[in-house]
Amino acid sequence: MGMTLAQKVLAQTSGKPTVLPGEIVDAYPDLVMSHLASWRSIRQLEQVGVDRLYDLNRIAVVLDHRSPARTPEDAGHHQLIREFVKRHGIPVYYDVHEGIAHLVLMERGHVLPGMLILGTDSHSTIYGALGAFGTGVGFTEVTSVWLTGCVWMKVPESVRVVITGRFPPAVFGKDLMLALIGQLTANGCTYKSVEFTGDLVANLSISERMTFCNLAMELGAKCAFVPADAVTEAYLAGRAKRPYELLRPDPDAPYARQVTVDASALTPMVSCPHQVDNAKPITAVQGTRIHQAFLGSCANAKYEDLEVAAGILKGRRVHPDVRLIVTPGSREIYLQAMRSGALQTLVEAGAMLTNPGCGACAGDGGSLGDGEVCLSTANRNFLGRMGSRTSQIYLSSPATLAASAIKGVIADPREFLA
Amino acid sequence: MSALRVRGRCWKVGDNIPTDAIVATANLFKPYEEMARHVLASVHPEFVLGVKPGDVLVAGRHFACSSGRAVAPKALRATGIGVVVAESFARTFYRNAHEIGLPILECPGITEQVREGDELDVDVEAGLVRNLTLGQTIQAVPPPPFLRGMLKAGGLHAYLELHGGEFVS
Repeated sequence: MGMTLAQKVLAQTSGKPTVLPGEIVDAYPDLVMSHLASWRSIRQLEQVGVDRLYDLNRIAVVLDHRSPARTPEDAGHHQLIREFVKRHGIPVYYDVHEGIAHLVLMERGHVLPGMLILGTDSHSTIYGALGAFGTGVGFTEVTSVWLTGCVWMKVPESVRVVITGRFPPAVFGKDLMLALIGQLTANGCTYKSVEFTGDLVANLSISERMTFCNLAMELGAKCAFVPADAVTEAYLAGRAKRPYELLRPDPDAPYARQVTVDASALTPMVSCPHQVDNAKPITAVQGTRIHQAFLGSCANAKYEDLEVAAGILKGRRVHPDVRLIVTPGSREIYLQAMRSGALQTLVEAGAMLTNPGCGACAGDGGSLGDGEVCLSTANRNFLGRMGSRTSQIYLSSPATLAASAIKGVIADPREFLA
Repeated sequence: MSALRVRGRCWKVGDNIPTDAIVATANLFKPYEEMARHVLASVHPEFVLGVKPGDVLVAGRHFACSSGRAVAPKALRATGIGVVVAESFARTFYRNAHEIGLPILECPGITEQVREGDELDVDVEAGLVRNLTLGQTIQAVPPPPFLRGMLKAGGLHAYLELHGGEFVS
């Protein structure tokens, strides 16, 4: 029997010809990403008393969750990390000005098809947008992999999501994912690998593939993939740090489940408080008053996302009772949107522009007060995540966010994009 | 060494408890003892006021979803809790708990068979939960031998030390 992408990557990185779902293997990850949590691993190394790392070229450190430093404690953690990176000569390092780790590592060509990548961030599933096996781990594990190069991995079963049809106007990858999470539930793919395939996926941009694989985490997934293809190659041209192969699943690979989605039948979706799988069509929640709109996060603060929002906000004004916070995902995105004029359009409309990074999604600025409502393009809406325990978070696409920022209430983007 | 046999009072929470509710963002950089004073405060405020060393936390499906937040199991351990038994766990928490040697046990059906305040006797190795108050025994899913070894050692780093830096899965 053939292998799924998850099986292939784990076979390859554990030195075995084949692996089966359920098997536990000792794998050697190609890259271990750690963000601000790196300081905890550095402290653990000091405790262990070992300073020799397994392979510096497999380590990536990116400072993103609280950037620039919010407090003297943050600044101290940053100092500790910079000193550590310098002392060891860790080549892949991006400081507080670069943006969200996931996006930066993909833009800079460190993420390639078929790689096994661990990250101290649950949304590491996003690396599947380029055909890599990305999965979240804790800092204790990062310390261990820094030292041994090795990690235990249970080979996951795979779920195949076949997407057919075309997106209707004002419907995007985010809407599809919110609908899928609503259908399968937040627990629907726990411990599993999700492979996206079908006609729609074949022509989908890397930006939208990132949204797919990022949001797959909210299905409980261990990893998610869009199998690498010509679109992947085009994105990686001029970026890839080394040669790579287009790893594809075998035609007879075993899938625990297959789900088919007809994109043509979708409408704009909103995920309601306080769970991501509490997803509803826009018509069920439109008119809900909002106080803050956050265009940011590794889910939807890419260049395409900023362009879509700017397209709707051009020549219009953000509602006077709404604070629109725009946090571009990375410095590259920031520059691109600066050159295209999207940033100017957004700021002219009344948006507040912050530095690239995780921003309000990670509770770094943009806190919500008692009873306040935020519409966000991020990937999580759990109780109290962005501030007060009595605040509420709704999740949507950048288009729905822009339409709502204008209206002051959750609004249907089809009015602007029909 | 982690104790793999735990006996104590049952504390219950529901489905889909996010790590945000275990350690709120505002407390992420505080010492574990300080984090422990606020664990689950938004969903079960009495928990931190009454929990005693060796008590048992029982949760529904998909416990500790949301951010990986590897401090979450550490904060839970700092409350004195001896074991977490849940219908199911989010995968990052499942790894993170084993790695710091916090015993956890997957036990489908558990929430129907125990009540808050019941006296529970949990045998992690055997995968058994005994409800001493109701006189019932519930079969759980024992961790695979490799993870049992890690729990016995007291976590990932202790485990690697025992095995000369090598995994033996």
